[in-house]
Amino acid sequence: MSHRRVVITGTGVISALGTGTEKNWQTLLAGKSGISPITRFDTGKLDTRIAGEVKDFEAEKFIDRREVRRMDLYAQYALAAAEMAVKESGLPIGPDVPHGYTPEKVGVIVGSGIGGIASLEEQHRKGLEKGFDRLSPFFIIQMIINMAPGLISMKYNCKGPNWAPVSACATSAHAIGEAWKSIKLGETDAAIAGGAEAAITPLGVGGFSVMKALSTRNDDPTAASRPFDKDRDGFVMGEGAGILVLEEMEAAKKRGARILAELVGYGANSDAYHVTQPAPEGEGAARCMRLALESAGMRPDEVGYINAHGTSTPFNDANETKAIKAVFGDHARKLAVSSTKSMTGHMLGAAGGYEGVVSALVLSRNALPPTINQTSADPDCDLDYVPNQAREARVDAVMSNSFGFGGTNAVLLFKRF
Amino acid sequence: MSTSAIETKVKGIIADQLGVGEDEIKVESSFIEDLGADSLDIVELVMAMEEEFEVEIPDEEAENIKTVGDAINYITNHKK
Repeated sequence: MSHRRVVITGTGVISALGTGTEKNWQTLLAGKSGISPITRFDTGKLDTRIAGEVKDFEAEKFIDRREVRRMDLYAQYALAAAEMAVKESGLPIGPDVPHGYTPEKVGVIVGSGIGGIASLEEQHRKGLEKGFDRLSPFFIIQMIINMAPGLISMKYNCKGPNWAPVSACATSAHAIGEAWKSIKLGETDAAIAGGAEAAITPLGVGGFSVMKALSTRNDDPTAASRPFDKDRDGFVMGEGAGILVLEEMEAAKKRGARILAELVGYGANSDAYHVTQPAPEGEGAARCMRLALESAGMRPDEVGYINAHGTSTPFNDANETKAIKAVFGDHARKLAVSSTKSMTGHMLGAAGGYEGVVSALVLSRNALPPTINQTSADPDCDLDYVPNQAREARVDAVMSNSFGFGGTNAVLLFKRF
Repeated sequence: MSTSAIETKVKGIIADQLGVGEDEIKVESSFIEDLGADSLDIVELVMAMEEEFEVEIPDEEAENIKTVGDAINYITNHKK
């Protein structure tokens, strides 16, 4: 592609570990789980009664009270994380601020796997009780997924491309990758990219639960998400948001931005195999990791750490391990791999954004977050998963994997700047 | 229900839905120009008033309700 380079200058995250990048990073390094019994609704007879609920979020700290009422929780997370990211980066937009980007050249690509499902449930209930002519006039704007980037664009006057990818658990990795492409191509000079999710609702948890996709370790919530461990029994739903500010490198340098890392590669492809199961041997995932390396012109042995998709499902973790071995060969034994989902739970459409932030922090802060709950080794998962304890390490390149239902894959590659 | 009781309730609904202080809501306040409502807010307000006062406000009538006073008058005249 072009010679334009793309750097990360701002991060915003919300998860079960807390609100804000610093709080999340410190909790990740401490190896603390954010998983606990579900409080949002009565889980009744559901097999799964635990999740990674966000506990400290106060929407009105970020959004006008009147606007909060008009938004689903997923959009509130998106706006709040965008605000934290924009604030951290100091992203200047418009002619009235020094080095301000032309508004038409600032994109917002922010997605969600599921969108405003809590609003959908509430309004459906209301329709059944009172009639469908009594729905809230805000229902559609609460539910639709591109409202998150729309609201962000209105807040910051970003007049460039504005859209929301929807690719299940790969959503926000796609968002970041597509924003990277847009800047590389010169379509935009800066972008706000990532994703948000708030699907810990009866339909959300119930739906995944009946698929037998979720852990049922209800009596020991903090041990439930245990990617790569032999006793893993499914993923644990998380929620929140992960947003990055991306800028064209020369422009970012010129304005004196603090650069956390460079985004150097992106791969996107499909398994074309099954609605939920990964392709045998992680074929699609491996192909996607290779695409990301090729797009960056990098060799596998340059990568020092992989933030794995690592969902804690029996299938994903074994297949992802095989895929890593296929791509990295002998180097697979030397690099470190960890899954922060062991602490946050699986944030679905927000996972790739959250883990993109983690990837940038690994490079700028020289530490690797652990995979917690590693107690019994699985012979099919025999890499260095940074078990239980964070580790100081200076790596030069980080890969972040995201794979979604539908057989969709997205891989991002970050480099030390 | 007395007109002043209706006025108090109407102002409560508006304050809640538009996120404005009750002291900012005057009888002559225009929903759009003074209280910052948009077309979706108006739909929501009309629905809330229909439910609260058990009146029906047809669309063609709702279009004429532009101020807080218009709403209070309509309810006073149509409440059973």
